Amino acid sequence: MSKLRLTLSLATASLWYRRRVLAMVCLTLTLSVTLLLGIQYLRTEVRQSFTSTISGTDLIVGARSGQLNLLLYTVFHIGDATNNIRWSSFKHIEDDPRVNWAVPISLGDSYQGYRVVGTNGRFLERFQHGNDQPLKLAQGQWFSQLFDVTLGAEVARQLQHQLGDQIVLSHGGGRTSFSNHADLPFRVSGILQATGTPIDQAVYISLEAMEAMHVGWESGVAIPGRTLSASSAEARSFTPDAITAILLGLKNPIMTFQLQRELSQFPGEPLSAILPGVALSELWRMMGQFEQVLLGISVFVVATSLIGLIAVLLTIQSQRHREVAILRAVGTPPSLIAGLYSLECVLLALASCGFSLFIGAALIASLSPWLLTHYGIHIGLRALNPDEWLLLSMVPVVAFAVSLAPAWHHWRKSRTLSFGNNNPNQPDFKGDTLHGARAMTMR
Amino acid sequence: MNKETAQPPSGSLAIETRQLRFRWPKQQAPLMFPDIQLHRGEHLFLRGASGTGKSTLLSLLAGMMLPETGAVNLLETNLSTLKGGARDRFRADHMGVIFQQFNLVPYLSALANVTLPCRLSTRRRNQTQGNPETAAKALLQQLSIPETLWHRPVTQMSIGQQQRVAAARALIGSPEIILADEPTSALDTDNRDRFIELLLTLAHEHRCSIVFVSHDQSLANHFHHQRSLGGES
Repeated sequence: MSKLRLTLSLATASLWYRRRVLAMVCLTLTLSVTLLLGIQYLRTEVRQSFTSTISGTDLIVGARSGQLNLLLYTVFHIGDATNNIRWSSFKHIEDDPRVNWAVPISLGDSYQGYRVVGTNGRFLERFQHGNDQPLKLAQGQWFSQLFDVTLGAEVARQLQHQLGDQIVLSHGGGRTSFSNHADLPFRVSGILQATGTPIDQAVYISLEAMEAMHVGWESGVAIPGRTLSASSAEARSFTPDAITAILLGLKNPIMTFQLQRELSQFPGEPLSAILPGVALSELWRMMGQFEQVLLGISVFVVATSLIGLIAVLLTIQSQRHREVAILRAVGTPPSLIAGLYSLECVLLALASCGFSLFIGAALIASLSPWLLTHYGIHIGLRALNPDEWLLLSMVPVVAFAVSLAPAWHHWRKSRTLSFGNNNPNQPDFKGDTLHGARAMTMR
Repeated sequence: MNKETAQPPSGSLAIETRQLRFRWPKQQAPLMFPDIQLHRGEHLFLRGASGTGKSTLLSLLAGMMLPETGAVNLLETNLSTLKGGARDRFRADHMGVIFQQFNLVPYLSALANVTLPCRLSTRRRNQTQGNPETAAKALLQQLSIPETLWHRPVTQMSIGQQQRVAAARALIGSPEIILADEPTSALDTDNRDRFIELLLTLAHEHRCSIVFVSHDQSLANHFHHQRSLGGES
């Protein structure tokens, strides 16, 4: 026990004595461990936020297509629907006794490159993300008038819109559109809180407004004289002919697969129903390859800095023969000298791990509000999960493993270290002797 | 502490060697050493030119190497009968060592360098009445190391001061034997004489036997006995 204490105190004193050289090694190691840990942390976070882009929804129903396509255009606003769903089909599904709630979604228009989502009040009530977090309004209210629009957080931030602003939606997708619904401007009634999901990147209007905008646009462009004015539109009531997709919540989630199968064989028109969780993890598997590669690279970076650490320690080792000779002369066993070596390596690795935890936490804490407001990415500070602890603890373990080679070398050498060895036939001991230099000059 | 390193009765032999022979690997001629008998409290001056095996003899006496033939008995213990670890313990318990130069662990303070043997040996620790710090301070005081340097890195000291700190480390815990390998060769004449006088005075106080190796014959008269290495014994 006292031996261990002695080794520990010698190791810390020795590290401190060589702090100038070792600080650089420690810095390299710290940065690489920070990188490794950071990538693993972000991997977990991004995966978490990605796979919980939508939650609480049991099925997404759209026109017949692949599940990734359906997921991409309904949740991520990427790509287009292959076809529409008739309003009658929506009503039919909504009335199914197994269905708890159904939210219609109608896509097709855009605002400055952001998708316009036609839906109803139930979207606000039912749509959830993350750990079943509902949508919340940062300002104002969800649309209630025909020409009200609710903005996603990112849209409002990017375009600097306030409540009450008048905006003009465009027909079709794309950032610049030449056919605008200029005669029917919308009023911003509310702005959603940032969620870190594609919800932030869309604007929300009622299905009725979607219909009203498109009266007279049946051929794809506005035909003069057939479009409505705002006042005449408000006087009419609109029932949509068709929508793009339906979000479904079931009374009993056990019925999900049964309903999914039935919807795929829906007699009225060809439909597809997908389970968002399954589709999200499939999508993640495709994109996940990239982050695996990233993690692999950072493992190599850590390995490189550990090798650098060993290289530096080996260089220092050649300057340490005097110290080893003194320690041996006062009766230090070779095992303690080898242990000193390994311990220094492990202590250095532990220090690096500690520093990188600190740096990582400080970075996340300081950058997370900025990331959320500027990029809509939500990365919070949380305790490390077991996988991350495991990864981190591998650093001192590997440091110990790589220190064994020089430690063993030290042990073997110090066992046979003699007093002032000035024998020229002992090349192995050259430089290890206390009197080597003197012996040379006197001979 | 184990039986092997138990303290022998006083007045007995500190060092006894018989027909020591050592051969370095790949070397034809073995080194032969004169027999040594040194009573406790007595000092021996070993004179020898370079290449006569002074350092080899010290390594044998310190138990860092074992002779090809012959025996080294320290405090009536045959070193050849001890295993490597036991020899290390024996050295920690019963021996102090002073080198020619670079005697101190560079990253420890003067005080920590002096107390180092007490951290390796319970016996040496107990000899200081369980308080190595006090003993170390007393020794440093006696060796006139300024108090301001005690807690400083040893690299800030002059060579003379470093050698005196090394002497304090060899003396702490009153080991029976001190091996000194040309400790004065880096010192000027004034410092050299003062160092030897201090060392011998303190060795007397602590009842240590000193084996002092040097090529400088003029130092021999400080010691009870002298031997020459190389040629006739």
